Amino acid sequence: MPQHTIKQLADLLAGGKSSSVELCQDYLARIANLNPSLNAFITVDADKTLAEARTADALRASGQAGPLTGVPVAHKDIFCAEGWLTTCGSRMLSNFVSPYDAHVISRFKAAGMPCLGKTNMDEFAMGSSNETSFYGPVKNPWDTGRVPGGSSGGSAACVAAGLAPGATATDTGGSIRQPAALCGVTGLKPTYGVVSRYGMIAFASSLDQGGPMANTAEDCALLLNVMAGFDGRDSTSLERDSEDYTRDLAKPLAGLRIGLPKEFFGEGLGGETRQAVEAAIEQFKKLGATTVEVGLPNSGLSVAAYYVIAPAEASSNLSRFDGVRYGYRTPEYGDLTDMYEKTRAEGFGAEVKRRIMIGTYVLSHGYYDAYYIQAQRLRRLIANDFAEAYRQCDIILGPTSPTTAFKLGEKADDPVQMYLSDIYTIAVNLAGLPGMSLPCGYDGQGLPIGLQLIGDYFSEARMLNVAHQYQLATDWHTRTPSL
Amino acid sequence: MSLTPEDVGRIARLARIRVAGDEAAQYQNQLNGIFDLIAEMQAVDTTGVAPMAHARDVFQRLRADEVTETDRREAYQAVAPQTEAGLYLVPKVIE
Repeated sequence: MPQHTIKQLADLLAGGKSSSVELCQDYLARIANLNPSLNAFITVDADKTLAEARTADALRASGQAGPLTGVPVAHKDIFCAEGWLTTCGSRMLSNFVSPYDAHVISRFKAAGMPCLGKTNMDEFAMGSSNETSFYGPVKNPWDTGRVPGGSSGGSAACVAAGLAPGATATDTGGSIRQPAALCGVTGLKPTYGVVSRYGMIAFASSLDQGGPMANTAEDCALLLNVMAGFDGRDSTSLERDSEDYTRDLAKPLAGLRIGLPKEFFGEGLGGETRQAVEAAIEQFKKLGATTVEVGLPNSGLSVAAYYVIAPAEASSNLSRFDGVRYGYRTPEYGDLTDMYEKTRAEGFGAEVKRRIMIGTYVLSHGYYDAYYIQAQRLRRLIANDFAEAYRQCDIILGPTSPTTAFKLGEKADDPVQMYLSDIYTIAVNLAGLPGMSLPCGYDGQGLPIGLQLIGDYFSEARMLNVAHQYQLATDWHTRTPSL
Repeated sequence: MSLTPEDVGRIARLARIRVAGDEAAQYQNQLNGIFDLIAEMQAVDTTGVAPMAHARDVFQRLRADEVTETDRREAYQAVAPQTEAGLYLVPKVIE
């Protein structure tokens, strides 16, 4: 089956050339064929998917179809979906069939878009390679000996491999953009607060944000139209008028001012990635953009600040997993403390435990000011850098990841090396800005290279416009792995 | 700074995570590696910089004091490890 964009599938459905049931059957067959080698899905339930597809077809038959009704998508297993096993990549939730829908899931249901399955991910979204999943690593469709990135590795791999035309994902420190880069797909992390976190299992609540992954920027815009919107059940959801994120796609780029942060083009950037990003800059100049060097002098501290703030919030959020109300409970225990300690020792994997312990330490008596408050002060400096840069430019451009996909196991035993995979993405989460990644080339081994765009607050429509115009002029995003 | 084995034990107890004797050294090693990474932020002078707790300046939204949730106790307790008569069961904590 050739890979179709969401736009193409929507046109097929609107023109009566295909039904949702037929589309879902095609994708389910491809999943059955390829998922055993890619491990991109944790849960597939054909009966549920096809029931949702029949509902979508009935909606269309009765003249009530919306623009994407009948187009199926995959959901990251961090989103609670009623009646679906929702594991968050963890043994802790290996028996958790969600009794309710996340806001994002209810939005897709309301749009009549069937769920193709729940995608694999790093445990509780903590990882950059998908190797911390209790359900085993996802394999990169471009080279199954390599990682897909993380934490949304399953979502990225399933879009790259044509197992779904689009997928939901989440990004706390780069978990949409880095796997999108490593798998050669397009992904967008919106401004913090644009997509509701209700029912999205929490990792670091001041940083977590849901967003779409797809083959094109245009598809990401269509998916964001579904996902975004105010939700009173998330106290940080923003009350804003709804937007059509496709509205600016066709605008020419003449006069666009692109900021190039010198810190993103330093020693740590690999040669082939640098060349591909520089070629993309030349392409944007041809499209009428100008460039200006900007400085993000505190961005080098973002990884350090992030590994205080994110674990601190995680240690608090993950205290809810205690073996009492849901999820795993150790089979044998004595008193209550024994039950808690064994349940959490057995239910969480090593990376999650490391981060809970870091967070516990930095929040503990005597260390709070030196670590947690200091990290929050740095967060302010990092956010101020961006505000200063946007006085000179409309959008910031750079690499998404310092390298292309690395080998399975290469960094699995070295947490610090793994953390540095997100060196270009983390500052964006700390500031709460929107960021996206799109393919801009391939290295000598045929592995995709990602280009990162960072916008000012609420500039998603402009970013999608910039990415769409680039994709009209280039064909990197149309390449598919041979599987 | 460097964590001692005693520090690791104390953190694990606070976090309610059992760490077996043979795991403690590995955690100590890995956590120290992570704290070495974090340490670079200690050198920055942040005098006068207001801590930023949140990505956006947020305020607490209020809503009308009215019932918004329906009773879904059975559905929520169906996923609990152990319940009885609508209650969550845990080991005895009061003698």
